[in-house]
Amino acid sequence: MILGEEDKMNQASDKKVFEVPLYAYQRSPDQDTAAPVRRKVVVIGAGPIGLGAAIDLAQQGIEVVVLDDNDKVSFGSRAICFAKRPLEILDRLGCGHEMVDKGVEWEIGKVFFDDRQVYDFNLLPEKGHEFPAFINLQQYYFEEYMVNRVRALQAEGAPIEIRGRNKVSAIGTHPNHVTLEIDTPEGPYNLEADWLIACDGAGSPTRAMLGLDFVGRVFEDNFLIADVIMEADFPTERWFWFDPPFNRGQSALLHKQPDGVWRIDLQLGWDIDKEREKRPENVIPRLKEMLGEDVQFDLEWVSIYTFQCRRMEQFRHNRVIFAGDAAHQVSPFGARGANSGLQDTDNLIWKLKLVMEGNAPESLLDSYDYERVHGADENILNSSRSTDFITPKSEMSRVLRDAVLDLSEHHAFARPLVNSGRLSVPCTYDGSSLNTPDALTAGPARSRPGSPCADAPLGGGYLLPKLGDRFTLLTIGAEAPERLEIDGVAIDRLALDPTPEITDRYLGDAAGAVYLIRPDQHVAARWPAYDEPAVKAALKRAIGKE
Amino acid sequence: MPDLILTPNIQGADDFYAELLAAHEGLTKPQSDALNARLVLVLSNHIGDRAVLSDALKAAALSKE
Repeated sequence: MILGEEDKMNQASDKKVFEVPLYAYQRSPDQDTAAPVRRKVVVIGAGPIGLGAAIDLAQQGIEVVVLDDNDKVSFGSRAICFAKRPLEILDRLGCGHEMVDKGVEWEIGKVFFDDRQVYDFNLLPEKGHEFPAFINLQQYYFEEYMVNRVRALQAEGAPIEIRGRNKVSAIGTHPNHVTLEIDTPEGPYNLEADWLIACDGAGSPTRAMLGLDFVGRVFEDNFLIADVIMEADFPTERWFWFDPPFNRGQSALLHKQPDGVWRIDLQLGWDIDKEREKRPENVIPRLKEMLGEDVQFDLEWVSIYTFQCRRMEQFRHNRVIFAGDAAHQVSPFGARGANSGLQDTDNLIWKLKLVMEGNAPESLLDSYDYERVHGADENILNSSRSTDFITPKSEMSRVLRDAVLDLSEHHAFARPLVNSGRLSVPCTYDGSSLNTPDALTAGPARSRPGSPCADAPLGGGYLLPKLGDRFTLLTIGAEAPERLEIDGVAIDRLALDPTPEITDRYLGDAAGAVYLIRPDQHVAARWPAYDEPAVKAALKRAIGKE
Repeated sequence: MPDLILTPNIQGADDFYAELLAAHEGLTKPQSDALNARLVLVLSNHIGDRAVLSDALKAAALSKE
């Protein structure tokens, strides 16, 4: 989403985390060299995606410098809804549990139409997963915990740094490196990088500096976000209103965040005066109408946003790689922005590591483009459909929308048609060149090649923490060597017992199974039994050598 | 999978048609539009079969395909 100019209205004296510089400007020795220093990887943007990329690189021992034109975490809560898959990725990055411990978990949603509740639903997440289906957490906490993780890595001597108030003003692209001109409070300096990862948001200055496209569909609508602090006994549920009395002809959303902060999202329509709508004297009466006259609340943050659904044609431009909102933008319905951005870097970093260390051809990076463009298209499709339901674009689409809502109050069949956001689920990379055709025909479809591995209980813990960062050969009721090395790439075996969850999620009707799992916990190949030539071929394929 | 039926299939066609008109009697145009929309959704769900529904949409559009 594109956020408008943000107003800070809460006058509480204690400083919020987003008001304190977390990575204040410090002079780098790189600013005092005669010739520009060459770094391995430079990441532009210290938001959730840039930090995700940097942590992933650093904990695998690859030198990374993060540049950000600011020195604080995100202003205001912004992204608030984080799904299970990104939490699993963050766990691999060493900061998933902090998010869950602080975040608010929810499973119940209520849908209102006009002046009445038409139905409620429970997400009923599948049991036996370490992480919940969703948590709500302010983006500033999310970034703070990631910065804490960066500090912990630095304390261990990992090659990672964040340079605050380092604004990239020019980029030069070369066949084997990138040059950067960077403005700082103490003047400009130049830097070189073998690889540049641009995570600088929907308005990506990197994209603009390179003159790259960003085409898609503009939605003519404005939404008011108000984060309010209130002592209210609303339950921890997601409430969505279509055409409510307090916002006629539009929609509204109420969602709980930690610290007694509530997210209120009010659709305003297209022809509005943004500056006027953002003023407290106009926001407060709207909220009172929604929450009731007697509810006491303070405004923490107010912003008006518009959105587009669009993506770059290609995410990789030789040595410059785009991730997150810089590469693709969706409507906020379904929480597919930050959630999909973390899946971008999850997909990218292991490939970049193999390429940088000479264990895979550079063309492996083209599979990042294929797989994440596929993910972006899925997200754009889903979020466009949600938007079309929430904001009908014609008289008849409104008639049909209202018919669905009226029927949903009386008949269960209509409820799956109600679309107030299809919540983010991980992408399966069907059709990717890295997949080996499925040889476990009796296996469950959910674990076919290209799929993200589903979590499952394992002894006292869970499966996913045992996967990732490297290739794994997962065996269930099948023999295999404990360790293989193919073209310099190691594969470690993980033997599992056929518990009910493992059987359901990985075995299906097969007697035994062998899975080749990628470093991003996606399935590369699977067979009914171990076959060394087949595993070798699949590994080569999964690193872009076939 | 059954194909979309485009030959006469309603027993007592005149009675059905009269019932359809009666359902709209006394309704305003917006109320009638809403009733039609709900009816389409109820019937679509009853059919369920995606291929039959796609064929029905084409047939209703009077497409030559």
